[in-house]
Amino acid sequence: MSRARTRQARVAETIARGVMGAMAASVIAVALFVLAYIVYQGVGAIDWQFLTDVPRDRGRAGGIYPVIIGTVYVVTATAAFTLPVGVLAGIYLSEYAPRNLATRAIRLAITNMAGVPSIVYGLFGLAAFVLAAGIGRSVLAAALTLTCMTLPVVITATEEALRQIPQDIRQASLALGATKLRTIYKVVLPAAAPGIVTGSILGLARAAGETAPILFTGAVFQMRQTPDSPLSQFMALPYHIYAQVTSVPDWNRTLVWGTVLVLVAGVSIVSMVAAAWRSVQRRKIKW
Amino acid sequence: MAIVILAAIALFLVYNAGRALTEVGLGTMLSGIQWYPTSDPGKFGMLPLVLGSLLVTGVALAVGVPVGVGAAVFISEFAGRRLKEVMKSVIEFMAAVPSVVYGLIGVAVLIPLVKDVFDLSSGLTALAGGIVLGVMSVPTIVSISEDALHAVPDDLRHGSAALGNTRWQTTFKVTLPSASSGIFAAVMLGLGRAIGETMAVLMLTGNAAVMPTSLFDSVRTMTGTIAAEMGEVVQGGLHYSVLFTVGLVLFAITFGINLAADLVLERQRKRWRR
Repeated sequence: MSRARTRQARVAETIARGVMGAMAASVIAVALFVLAYIVYQGVGAIDWQFLTDVPRDRGRAGGIYPVIIGTVYVVTATAAFTLPVGVLAGIYLSEYAPRNLATRAIRLAITNMAGVPSIVYGLFGLAAFVLAAGIGRSVLAAALTLTCMTLPVVITATEEALRQIPQDIRQASLALGATKLRTIYKVVLPAAAPGIVTGSILGLARAAGETAPILFTGAVFQMRQTPDSPLSQFMALPYHIYAQVTSVPDWNRTLVWGTVLVLVAGVSIVSMVAAAWRSVQRRKIKW
Repeated sequence: MAIVILAAIALFLVYNAGRALTEVGLGTMLSGIQWYPTSDPGKFGMLPLVLGSLLVTGVALAVGVPVGVGAAVFISEFAGRRLKEVMKSVIEFMAAVPSVVYGLIGVAVLIPLVKDVFDLSSGLTALAGGIVLGVMSVPTIVSISEDALHAVPDDLRHGSAALGNTRWQTTFKVTLPSASSGIFAAVMLGLGRAIGETMAVLMLTGNAAVMPTSLFDSVRTMTGTIAAEMGEVVQGGLHYSVLFTVGLVLFAITFGINLAADLVLERQRKRWRR
């Protein structure tokens, strides 16, 4: 090995580190910019009236109370559908599913579901829930649409969380005479709960920010009150932002950015709390 | 059950697209270069939309892949533990920001910038849409590439280091080739995400449904077309049915991409399972 080649390697090392570091730094820079920009533009709108009043003058004045409530309703309904089905499916895949072609096909379908574009879910929701099932444009139809979108996230999170529980614990429980069902219910599930809950919350937080799936399934722009039944239409934060920017002339910059801030803060605070809770819970358990 | 839902999506799309498929025909729609859905009789040439989607996605990949893969290599091979944690939360934050918000930031920041830098009459271009989509695809590309790099056994790195290679030589000649299939899958999934993204492109590309000739043209994507026109069509009408056909084409494209990525990932998983 000549000295020149050693030097060459050293130079390449420095350059490569610099380039890779710059890529990573640019990712951080973009994220910080996005965060700072939203806070800077939106913080001026946030006051008590903004959070508790109804939108006035097509959103150019007033507040966003019914908009927040609409999003909360839809996400709650989505959670009510997604969690039982998703967790049960995850348990089945992790604990019961045989290792065969059918299981492989189910896994493939789940990862594929996660990749279907959100606007296609919107079309599906319109065709299946709004029209074919006759539900009409409503909280219920939108929640069912978002459920289809969130299910793969919850199933995958459950499966991953269950897989991280060591086999020893299961075998210890079985050796004490517990049935398989009892082992899962009493031993495995409690241990896996932090992972399941956090993964599900992250999926639901993403659903809260989606616009395309609710576009044709129940979100409306002008409503002024909170939805009074699962079959009524609703306002939602992401759609409220989109509708104002695209269809209201002279939209109020401060109020729209305030809405953005509420949405992003809500989504990221919930996600962060969930992630922090998971790491605290994980530290408690030592295998 | 996942299979049932997936099949139901395909069935409902085909069922609702049925009228367009029989009256206009898939071949005519895919090869037609004129999209005038509201003229009489309507012209439903999808090619401008497909090309619009591809153009925007191409820009997105040109932005997202170098940055995403570079950042993943940095996180996995060079960064210390603290920095790794920070990067991961940053990536999670980026993934959590809703697409409509990216769209709005693009409208507020990038559109005027593109307009001034390239001296255009409007900043609403394929370029602007593509750049924002590229940023949005970074979290997907980083996290899956990082997983792929992480899955490469440390033995290989140690072996390479023992032969006198520097960290970068090891990364470039040993780790990256070993993780190449996973990184390929990451790029495919980023591609799938970019091509299916709706709200940001709808707000940023200007939505002119004509054959795109350059990056500085206003283009309209398949996703944007569905979102913009579905609100105004007659249910059960021909235009309505054509929009479902656009959805079907989109579904087929992303399905193929995801399937390919999944098969590649599975192969890699088998490779390192010892």
